[in-house]
Amino acid sequence: MDIVTLVQQLVNGLSLGSLYALIAIGYTMVYGILRLINFAHGDLIMVSAYVAVMGVGLFSWPWPVAFGLAVVLTGLLGVMLERGAYRPLRRAPRISLLISAIAASFFLENLFLVLAGGRPKPFPTPPWFAGVLKWGGVFIPRLSLLIPVVTAVLLAALFLLIQRTQVGRAMRAVAHDLETVSLMGVNVDRIISLAFLLGSLLAGAGGLLWAMKYPQVNPFMGIMPGLKAFIAAVLGGIGNLAGAVVGGLLLGLLEIMIVAFFPAWAGYRDAVAFGLLIVILLVRPTGILGESLGEEKL
Amino acid sequence: MLEVINLEVAYGAIRALSGISFTVPQGRIVALLGANGAGKSTTIRAIAGLVPVKSGRIVFQGEEIQGRPPHFINRRGIAVCPEGRRIFPNLTVLENLLLGGYGRKDKDSFRQDITGVFRIFPRLEERRHQRAGTLSGGEQQMLAIGRALMSRPRLLLLDEPSLGLAPLLVREVFHIIERLNQQGTTILLVEQNAFAALNIAHYAYILENGRLVLEGPGPELLADPHLREAYLGEGLDF
Repeated sequence: MDIVTLVQQLVNGLSLGSLYALIAIGYTMVYGILRLINFAHGDLIMVSAYVAVMGVGLFSWPWPVAFGLAVVLTGLLGVMLERGAYRPLRRAPRISLLISAIAASFFLENLFLVLAGGRPKPFPTPPWFAGVLKWGGVFIPRLSLLIPVVTAVLLAALFLLIQRTQVGRAMRAVAHDLETVSLMGVNVDRIISLAFLLGSLLAGAGGLLWAMKYPQVNPFMGIMPGLKAFIAAVLGGIGNLAGAVVGGLLLGLLEIMIVAFFPAWAGYRDAVAFGLLIVILLVRPTGILGESLGEEKL
Repeated sequence: MLEVINLEVAYGAIRALSGISFTVPQGRIVALLGANGAGKSTTIRAIAGLVPVKSGRIVFQGEEIQGRPPHFINRRGIAVCPEGRRIFPNLTVLENLLLGGYGRKDKDSFRQDITGVFRIFPRLEERRHQRAGTLSGGEQQMLAIGRALMSRPRLLLLDEPSLGLAPLLVREVFHIIERLNQQGTTILLVEQNAFAALNIAHYAYILENGRLVLEGPGPELLADPHLREAYLGEGLDF
């Protein structure tokens, strides 16, 4: 493979990996606090894409308005999910939470199947994100460069919030000891809502970027990126924010490199990702950056 | 300042507290003593809002606080230094203290209070940027007390502050508790180490199987022959 193709593939892998990272954050934050795999998280990608499609197509809003609204509504939907589907089960066995998450996922998918129909809709990618940059002999879609940049900005903002503010500290502490945090005068319910809000906002942004990269919007489009992001979160060490980013980037690069180096394997790309999940769970369930989990965390 | 009236707490069918009443007057150190499982920690947890109260009332500065969530009770001026310290091991020492003053808006005096905690516990200042999980047991206890002080509590609930500490450290911790009290903080102290607690308590209650069985001023109980036999045991020669 020549250097030009390699650079091109690296950029592709980086951009796919950024999307995984953006979505994986939501899984890992919720897991860190509630020990719940929020299976409805992937469907937020789809909701965000639909809101944008409807905003631009149906109501002819300018795209920044439609996109902004899509992200905000997706964030609020995440908060509502927690209120409606998870909070009432806070004291229930963890398996009930998991079942509730799967139900929420099916609910969202079928709700949009009814609302929008099963036929895929084209995504109205704004001209701003379209086009190809030519650089020497390298052709790179502008979107493939913008995705990592947008991701980097959003993640930087998130990390700043989590590391430097009181709510961020509370969020990190809640992941460790929910009860004691409440003794500090922290309304723990609000911190949990905030975690869902932040994760879902990122999923909303990720959904728009995803829909521009693969511009077909349908009610089940969130499943695969959702599962991949979940794998990324496990790969990096679930519960660990930096791990979600590392896992996302690695998984994205891995998938693209498989396609690039072994074109005959291209069809097995998803199988490789899921195979990887099985291997991690067998060999190192704590992931790359995960600390050793105590019994109670498992 | 704090009045507990006929407090009853049950975990499922198991009754942990069967109607206890006691008061913590302003400016005092009141000790709640008893053996393991007598209901001491349950009492603290009920006051803090961590366990539901079955019946009875908890009145703090004229306001009934039973049934309120923990964060509400904290903001009314009650801080808890929980049993087993429960510091946040993944946060730094400084971050633990900052979180202790979560609800506070007064930036300047907040900074002063951190300096104040560091003055009481100089070792915490040396380790301010260290993850709290790397501290020794004694240092973690000091951090837990310091963290509780950061909300500027009117009433401080201390649950077994001497647990797992070496005798020399126990003495130091109790000395600090006495000093905090002299500076104006009212204290409810729960202890298994009855001897050490009675030495600094103005008044003490003895809890047995969820009931109060004995009460009196600290020095008086210390001299009570029945109590010496039942609770102090080997502690006499301590």
